[in-house]
Amino acid sequence: MTGQPEALADAGAILTVERLTVRFGGLLAVSDLSFDARTGEILSIIGPNGAGKTTVFNCITGFQRPTGGRVVFRGRSVTALRPDLIVARGIARTFQLIRLFPGLEVIENVMIGLHARTRAGTVDAVLHTPAHRREEAWVREEAHRWLAFVGLEGRARHLARTLAYGDQRRVEVARAMAAGPRLLVLDEPASGMNPAEKDDLARLVAEIRSLGVTVLLVEHDMGVVMGVSDRVIVLNYGTQIAEGAPEEVQRNPAVVEAYLGQEDDA
Amino acid sequence: MTNALHHAARLRLGAAVAVGIAALALPLVANAYVVDVATLICLYVMLGLGLNIVVGYAGLLDLGYAAFFAIGAYTTAIMMVRYHQPYWATIPVAALLTTASGVVIGTPTLRLRSDYLAIVTLGFGEIVRITATNLDYTGGPDGVWGIPRPAIGTWVLSSGTSLYYLGLAMAAGVLVIAYNVAHSRLGRAWLAIREDEVAARAAGVNTVVFKLKAYMMGALLGGIGGSFFAVKLTAVDPTSFTFVQSVNILMVVVLGGMGSLPGVVLGAAVIVGLPEVLRAFQTVRVLAFGLGLIIMMLLRPQGLWPSSTGEVARETPVVPPGRRQPLGPREEGVP
Amino acid sequence: MDIALQQLVNGLTVGAFYALVALGYTMVYGIIRLINFAQGDLYTVGAFLSLSLLSLLAGLTTHNAMLATLLGLLGAMALTAILGVVIYRVAYRPLLGSRLSILISAIGASLTLEYSLYLIYSPSYVVYPSPFGTGGPPLGDIVVSWIQMVIFVVSLLLMAALYTLVHRTKLGLAMRALAINQDAARLMGINVDRVIAATFAIGAGLAAFGGVTTGLYYGQISFLMGFLAGLKAFTAAVLGGIGNIPGAMLGGFIVGIVESIATGYISGRWKDVITFGVLIFILVVRPRGLLGEQVVERM
Repeated sequence: MTGQPEALADAGAILTVERLTVRFGGLLAVSDLSFDARTGEILSIIGPNGAGKTTVFNCITGFQRPTGGRVVFRGRSVTALRPDLIVARGIARTFQLIRLFPGLEVIENVMIGLHARTRAGTVDAVLHTPAHRREEAWVREEAHRWLAFVGLEGRARHLARTLAYGDQRRVEVARAMAAGPRLLVLDEPASGMNPAEKDDLARLVAEIRSLGVTVLLVEHDMGVVMGVSDRVIVLNYGTQIAEGAPEEVQRNPAVVEAYLGQEDDA
Repeated sequence: MTNALHHAARLRLGAAVAVGIAALALPLVANAYVVDVATLICLYVMLGLGLNIVVGYAGLLDLGYAAFFAIGAYTTAIMMVRYHQPYWATIPVAALLTTASGVVIGTPTLRLRSDYLAIVTLGFGEIVRITATNLDYTGGPDGVWGIPRPAIGTWVLSSGTSLYYLGLAMAAGVLVIAYNVAHSRLGRAWLAIREDEVAARAAGVNTVVFKLKAYMMGALLGGIGGSFFAVKLTAVDPTSFTFVQSVNILMVVVLGGMGSLPGVVLGAAVIVGLPEVLRAFQTVRVLAFGLGLIIMMLLRPQGLWPSSTGEVARETPVVPPGRRQPLGPREEGVP
Repeated sequence: MDIALQQLVNGLTVGAFYALVALGYTMVYGIIRLINFAQGDLYTVGAFLSLSLLSLLAGLTTHNAMLATLLGLLGAMALTAILGVVIYRVAYRPLLGSRLSILISAIGASLTLEYSLYLIYSPSYVVYPSPFGTGGPPLGDIVVSWIQMVIFVVSLLLMAALYTLVHRTKLGLAMRALAINQDAARLMGINVDRVIAATFAIGAGLAAFGGVTTGLYYGQISFLMGFLAGLKAFTAAVLGGIGNIPGAMLGGFIVGIVESIATGYISGRWKDVITFGVLIFILVVRPRGLLGEQVVERM
């Protein structure tokens, strides 16, 4: 489900990546990349393996310090900021290889997502002050709300590692949403999913957007990307090679070449 | 499902009440020797709860925990013997000094990867012990002796029974603190760090600060335990604070169940009680601990009384597709 | 000046022990990111095993103490190597997925070795017979004994042999491959488990050599000598750059010399504090070590 492109074009940019460059020793993973994510859109970043997508992600979410360039979120620079501070600013992420807290219950996993929105200190914790108790009750309530949002209320007390793969992904999304982000960043969320799970995922992403959250997606699976994105950016060798609505990008010869290699000259 | 939950919770509560009553009534039914052993168990409960926060909750392998124990004990000992302070005045000072040392040791080292952290904490433990052995201020190899008993007004707690109740009260206090902290935002953050540090950071936890908090809390409780140790034994010397002592305390946590409060109590009871019950055990004690650590990790890493998360629905775990088991400890750092 | 030179000589001898044990730490850490706490204790085991072998051989080769010592040494190295592999298979391999569990198991292995020796042999120092005596070549005011020279030279030869193994043989190639990327190594057909086992065996054998020569040098051994020596050897490995074989050798000698100088100029009582201080300092300030790390990135 795509939104109205015209309305989105008027919306401001919630995230701006300016001339981002990342060098690993001799390897140039990301090269002078610039793009915007507009408020309220679903933006997908695609590209063949090794194109630098995850590196860009890590720069946006604080897990990678760029060699050059900036990342600006809602008017303030978040370049090289610590991941937990970036969460507090309003960006939450999921991981390509699901990173839940396996030994903890599902509900606890989501409750930890609320960490940045709470502030009970050590003294409150030790003494279980009324303020602490109130906050804990609120945390539990909110966690249940987000768990229900992804449809997993019934599994709240289960150990996270006992869940099926698709459900684990949804818990990860619930945890990220519990942080109250304005921008949700999903790293290859559809990987390892069957078609039914992918449909569910697309629906979930659309629902999240309808809440007013901007979604930035790195994805490999074309079906998911084309079905859900408002706009697509294509990366190859660390730079942008195409940008536009899904249908345009799909037909772009440079994109086809990047994915399939040189066309036969016969 | 909720019925099963309530049932389990009620069982735990019942067990806790039973143990509490038994503990209070103990001196009335048992002889002085048993009460003495029970007092020692109370001490190891305090120490175990402290280390449990560091290892069991935050997942930081601290092999030099005896250092905090030592600092607390020596603080009380020196303050009472040299400066004639009452016992109750020494407790906050011991707590303060151990917490401060936790900050000093923790700040540069908690950023290290877990295996390096283990070695560094071991090193600090040894440094504290050797320093205590070499300094005159701490009494050198002979330590500090002649520590007076604690007194409330004119009532001196000198009998085994009164010291037992003191130890019990302190252990109960530490237990309440540990319980409160475990069931809080703090405890959750620690568990997150233990389970997956990268994910914890991505969820908004400042892992550096919270690791330090775990370390400080652990140090604090260790110091309180040390303080009690000083007045219970009336003498402190460096041989009580060796690496083997750190392993003792680690054994309490590992045996009982990392991250489990009732587990620590059980672990303390076993670690202290078993050598007393099986006299022959004494000579093979450390060997048994060594083997015990390996066996526990291989067969029952969750401990004898595992923590209560996820009681409901322990199904057969489903391994996600594409997730192969790597031949090596899990990667830390960048996703 | 003479004191300094003397300390240097002593330091190089002690450094050789540390270097040998450090090699085991560094190789194992390089391929599976584990601090083998038992490594220092394998050094002790080697010493005690050779002692037992010596008394067994006493009946057979009574006249040639040198031969007996040599046989005892080789036997101890072989047996310790096997023990190293056993420890890997039993205490480490099943736990390779979890960092915390495997570390705890490693501590367990270390304590098991130490206190088994305590029970089997003795809680106090045990005399170690040496056919070398304390004599040495005349070198003016500096005292260098034959045993010191033998230790130093043979240790260097062993290290050279190790270096050749790592850089000129198929096994060495496999070890180096594993130290970079285990997945790729596996895909190339390398039997990862066997190579890890071989690494443990080599490290244990070298440690055993260090232990036996320690016994020959000091004339006595004790069940806890591996605890401290192990920590110092680990310091050496980190100092040189964990996973880096030449680094471990360099680090060993540096730690040995620093310790000797500390003993000579400051005090014997504080030398361990200084060594630990050095360890903590390096890990905090420059964990990469002097020659850089070589640790597997993808396992």
